[in-house]
Amino acid sequence: MTDVSGPERVRVPFTVNGRAVDVEIDTGDFLLDVLRERLGLTGTKRSCDTQVCGACTVLLDGQPVSSCTVLAWEARGRTVETIEGLARDGRLHPVQEAFLEASAFQCGYCTPGMIMTVKALLDEQADASTDTVRAWLRGNICRCTGYVSILAAVRSAQRRLREARATAP
Amino acid sequence: MLGSLTIHQPATVAEAAKLRAELGDDGAIYAGGSELLLVMKEGIGRWRHLIDVKGIAALRELRDAGDRLDIGATVTHRDLERSPLLRARFPVLADMQAQVANVRVRNVGTLGGNLCFAEPHSDPSTALLVHDARVVLSGPTGARTLPLAEFVVGSYETALRADEVLVRIEVPAPPARAVGAYLKFGFHERPTVGVAALIVPAGDRIAEARVSVGCIGPTPARLAALEARLAGTSVTALAAGIDARDGGFADLDVVSDLHGSAEYKREVAAVLASRALAAAARRVRSAA
Repeated sequence: MTDVSGPERVRVPFTVNGRAVDVEIDTGDFLLDVLRERLGLTGTKRSCDTQVCGACTVLLDGQPVSSCTVLAWEARGRTVETIEGLARDGRLHPVQEAFLEASAFQCGYCTPGMIMTVKALLDEQADASTDTVRAWLRGNICRCTGYVSILAAVRSAQRRLREARATAP
Repeated sequence: MLGSLTIHQPATVAEAAKLRAELGDDGAIYAGGSELLLVMKEGIGRWRHLIDVKGIAALRELRDAGDRLDIGATVTHRDLERSPLLRARFPVLADMQAQVANVRVRNVGTLGGNLCFAEPHSDPSTALLVHDARVVLSGPTGARTLPLAEFVVGSYETALRADEVLVRIEVPAPPARAVGAYLKFGFHERPTVGVAALIVPAGDRIAEARVSVGCIGPTPARLAALEARLAGTSVTALAAGIDARDGGFADLDVVSDLHGSAEYKREVAAVLASRALAAAARRVRSAA
């Protein structure tokens, strides 16, 4: 039997946005709070706090999860990606560029989670159908846009990623 | 933030069952946490010890056992959604799994956790019911097998004893020609009504029909009266849509809640049952 800890605090080394981190936390701390309060990664938002709205979406080993309801020690030895990790060498990720171009946000509070979900989907299914995109985004609530511009952004992102693949060496 | 919890990570089912017995009301089994952690955050339930069962290899198995499918208790909804085995031989389950909550919940949430939590507004038990699924529970005196209908006994209430662990869900394979569908409806995150339909065709006749309805009462239920009425009738007529309202909905234990009145739910359930059966019937014809 290997216990994570007794009732005291626990050390959790993991990788966030390609950077190795090691934090000492309570076993009852959630990943969202560790990202925001301990690591200063405030791009990830808290909203419903019940795994419904998607504002807190981060990728854990590439898969979208609600960081508000994942215990932070679960990240030990694993890889976490947040919105802050998408840009490369000062250049936005194609999904971010597509959201900008399509003005796929108004207040922007849902946008980091929305973009992380779309990134995970397109990593897995680059040519996802509109039905699949809609099914995935049903879990990310946006009360501003009405989703039309978001769906346009996803189509644009798919095009950008296809072009990037075609021109890749 | 939940403060300091003691996390136990047993390596075997026997160790997990022993921990449950020892910790009593202070300990809860923890897998995906998609239900448990919400309850703890809301302060509805408080446990100082979590028994993390994700490390137990036997609980992670998804196995073709010939005439049945064995689903380990900690297999996630997403594992099931993506399983080619499910899509090929258990289409009602595959249909249902893809509709559970959202992709984040499906990534962490487990089928076993869902069943043990027994939230009435949930999809899996309704779909498993048309498959006559069983659960295997393990405790200090050995394992026992229960039909799912006897395991889920009420709202948030199961037959799992305080020293037992749910090991796996056994799903008997339906007859080879069986087709089916799972449909749900609701305005909230959790479903208001869920209906599963499975039919076994013999030419244009229905050799066997199975229909279950969930979310509208404390436990999901099969609609025996409707099933009996459909046996021997025409697939073509079913595909066109039947009036299912006299299908035994009046006899169900239906609860009025924030999702709607009992009367409303009975009506929606009958409409969904008709649609699910029609969807299944159309799949017969497209398979022919």
